[in-house]
Amino acid sequence: MSYKYLSMPVYRLLQEFKTDPMKIFDYLELVYKVINGTENKIRSFITLISKDIVFKYVEKLVKEGLEKFDSLKLLGIPIAVKDNISTKGIRTTCASRMLENYIPPYNATVIERIIKEGGIIIGKTNMDEFAMGSTTETSAFYPTRNPWDLSRVPGGSSGGSAAALSAGEAPLALGSDTGGSIRNPAAFCGVYGLKPTYGLVSRYGLIAYASSMDQIGPMARNTMDLAILLNIIAGHDSKDSTSLLINGKDYVSLLKELTHKEPRLRIGIIKELFENSDEGIRSKTYKAVDMLCAYHDCLTISLPYGKQLVAAYYIIAMAEASSNLARFDGVRYGLKIPFENKGWDEIYSEVRTKGFGYEVKKRIALGAYILSVGYRDMYYIRALKFRRILKETFDKIFKSVDAVMSPTMPILPPKLGEFFEDPLRMYLADVNTVIANLIGVPAISIPIDFYNGLPVAVQIMSRQLTEEVLLYLSMQLEEKTRFRNIVAEVH
Amino acid sequence: MLINNLNILIGLEVHTQLTKLRSKLFCPTPADYRKSPPNTYVCPICLGLPGTLPVVNKKAVEYAIAVAKALNCEVSDKLVFVRKHYFYPDLPKNYQISQYIGPGFTAIARNGYVKIYADGKVKIIRIRRVNIEEDPGRIVYVGSIEISPYSLIDYNRSGIALLEIVTEPDMASPKEARAFLEKLIAILEYLGVTDPREEGAFRVDANISFEGFGRVEIKNIGSVKDVEKALTYEIIRQKKIIEQGGKVERETRHWNPSKGVTVSLRSKEYEEDYRYFPDPDLPPMKLDKSLIERISSALPELPDNRIARFTMQYGLDEYRASVLVLNKWLADFFEDAAKIYSNYKKLADLLITDFLRWINEYNLSPENFKATPLHIVKLLKLWDEGILSVKMVKEILPQIIKDGIDVESYVAASGYVKIIDKSYLHKIVEEVMKEHPKAVQDALSNPKAINYLIGLVMKKTGGKADPQITKEIIQEILSSIR
Repeated sequence: MSYKYLSMPVYRLLQEFKTDPMKIFDYLELVYKVINGTENKIRSFITLISKDIVFKYVEKLVKEGLEKFDSLKLLGIPIAVKDNISTKGIRTTCASRMLENYIPPYNATVIERIIKEGGIIIGKTNMDEFAMGSTTETSAFYPTRNPWDLSRVPGGSSGGSAAALSAGEAPLALGSDTGGSIRNPAAFCGVYGLKPTYGLVSRYGLIAYASSMDQIGPMARNTMDLAILLNIIAGHDSKDSTSLLINGKDYVSLLKELTHKEPRLRIGIIKELFENSDEGIRSKTYKAVDMLCAYHDCLTISLPYGKQLVAAYYIIAMAEASSNLARFDGVRYGLKIPFENKGWDEIYSEVRTKGFGYEVKKRIALGAYILSVGYRDMYYIRALKFRRILKETFDKIFKSVDAVMSPTMPILPPKLGEFFEDPLRMYLADVNTVIANLIGVPAISIPIDFYNGLPVAVQIMSRQLTEEVLLYLSMQLEEKTRFRNIVAEVH
Repeated sequence: MLINNLNILIGLEVHTQLTKLRSKLFCPTPADYRKSPPNTYVCPICLGLPGTLPVVNKKAVEYAIAVAKALNCEVSDKLVFVRKHYFYPDLPKNYQISQYIGPGFTAIARNGYVKIYADGKVKIIRIRRVNIEEDPGRIVYVGSIEISPYSLIDYNRSGIALLEIVTEPDMASPKEARAFLEKLIAILEYLGVTDPREEGAFRVDANISFEGFGRVEIKNIGSVKDVEKALTYEIIRQKKIIEQGGKVERETRHWNPSKGVTVSLRSKEYEEDYRYFPDPDLPPMKLDKSLIERISSALPELPDNRIARFTMQYGLDEYRASVLVLNKWLADFFEDAAKIYSNYKKLADLLITDFLRWINEYNLSPENFKATPLHIVKLLKLWDEGILSVKMVKEILPQIIKDGIDVESYVAASGYVKIIDKSYLHKIVEEVMKEHPKAVQDALSNPKAINYLIGLVMKKTGGKADPQITKEIIQEILSSIR
């Protein structure tokens, strides 16, 4: 199969596979060829399912599923899954020593849905340990590199998923986003990434970082593919009490319909978030603003919060993380240490000291501090208050506009190691993305161009449960920029 | 120091499993784990596996509301769960999903009360709050905690729905504490939400202090009797300290039931910080007024109402009524028997004295004793008829309870009693002869046929008639008609 298939969008692949299921094998052959050529440089995966196993799985799928092929919405499509999403029988590590050998006995709801639609899990992708980081460098195993520049980070925490997409190692990927973890690496790697409305996609099986903000979302190389994967994973799940009770939308049809009708929208341009971006980012993203504003009604809006956004986000995230990560004690699963002649408290202490990396321990310690009597009012309660104010602010904003736009990241992908020297700069780089998680609205990152050979992206947010608006605007930009189905050549 | 003038303050914190639920509090795993091997009633959720999420059992919430209403509490208009953090090996997530009263969260119910009878007086014990929470797993030691070289964890219990019921320190004696707990257990039983007799289903933490002195908490006491004993022990211990001019330490103590003493576990100088915050996996749930009203109006007859009814309907005094009612099965037994026996006081007395004593003596549960209300009524009737003496009644009763013997045939077969009262037998014989004129004719012509008449008398008296006397009476009557 020729390399042209590598940049073929999923919706086209699906047509090919339906007419000739044998093409699935050809395509997988091609994907594994790419992986074999690039993985030693990029290291997108923590666990890669071997080609043999995948082929056997697909053989069975083809044999058993021939009559229902037309109804399978992801038939034969390989999908890279972030390693904090539980996969039955497949190691799920969260890029942590703590879970290095943990094999879940159950599937996350999103995995169940993907498997049911004929999707093929080809591997578990690298990430920042327990999703804590913006570069995939806090992975306990190894960093992933940016396919566009191997000396740079792919972003994070879903860096492995983004890198796999842009390197052509998979046509679709799942990420998770707590404060930008889908959009940040999507921006840095030049792919599309969507953080859905909080509660649209089930979190059941997603290993929690900050439960009130975590969302699983689709990542792809074009807008339509995002819609295809979102269609599968979105919708109510009775196993997740925060899952919204809503009737499922067909995002693919909605996207087609909106793209056809081209309704005129009102778009808010968040002034500060452009002004505070690096020069290269600013110039490129203003171009995207011009493209959209040539058609839609744009107005400049102001969001005078800045650092408070990041502070509130990290306080809430760390508080919840300190609680969510308490369960990792080495008793039922995870890192085991020799325990003879030790008290349980000594064992816990040793397991957690050895099993967690520096960034994780830092956030657990800070989170525990934030929730302590005497400090919780000063930090946690204040952060919650700010969260409420921010929500009210955006409720107002969304009364006058349908969407708001900013750069996804205020900076270009940094070099490996750069952020270690300046962690505060890393936290501050999340300022644009944390908003959507704090207030629960959907947000998309759309690649628009390159600057000095590195991808630049814009972020658009919209009202709760209006993912179709984001997909529509993304598609419009995609048409203009022709930034679609681009695979990096890895040298 | 005049310690006898000091008030004793006792407050209780009761943990009761909702054993009548089919599944655990936050997962679909069945809740009847007791008879199964360790770690077989578990799922990824109650094992706290990474990525799992809790979904609240709606029935548990309804049970909690019913309990709250029965305890005369104000029910919250929203249900909020918080995470209570502490590391312990029986706690899979190292936090317990519980409830707490604080900023942005509250308990499901507050400010209730329970009426108790202690020393012939009615007393009100205030309920501070009722929480719903999940039970942790269970640590199993080899031998005992002191000598076990390692410990094992059984997660079958993990995630079982638990109510925490906290009182104000309104009890002034171990006896009052006992009366409160017995009343509480009765209420829970009447509601049908729990079977407190199930092993580990009912656990109590007791706070006790002399007014103005340090408060001691005795943790995890397994039975009502032990609560009374532990508190009695604590009073003597604290009294001694105070009398010697010492200071009662604020501490947590453990009740050792086999040794009958409390031992210090840890000092309470340092208050543990549980870092409570609302569980983000369980968004606050609105508790509709209509739901609360529906549950409230569907409450079954509760102990206080039943006691009142017993005094009205059966003319019992409050003491007898409450002893019966607080043992629900005994009250049910009483009411079944009262349908066919109308000396209610006599019935009640037998039940709350000897009957109850033998049940306890044989260590029988309401499910496995053999006596039926009919058995007891037969016994009482024989007693009423003068066929059995008090002494005999007391001798036969335990056998009825244990083996379920039929009192009439037993009495006949064992030759326990024979009816020798001639005038009584005379009356019976006359009745029999009246009913069976043909048998009389036969007997007149054939002396052997007299045995048939004797048999009829025996039948009528349940085999108790003295055959010799009966024969003499029959012959007497026969000769008088000839």
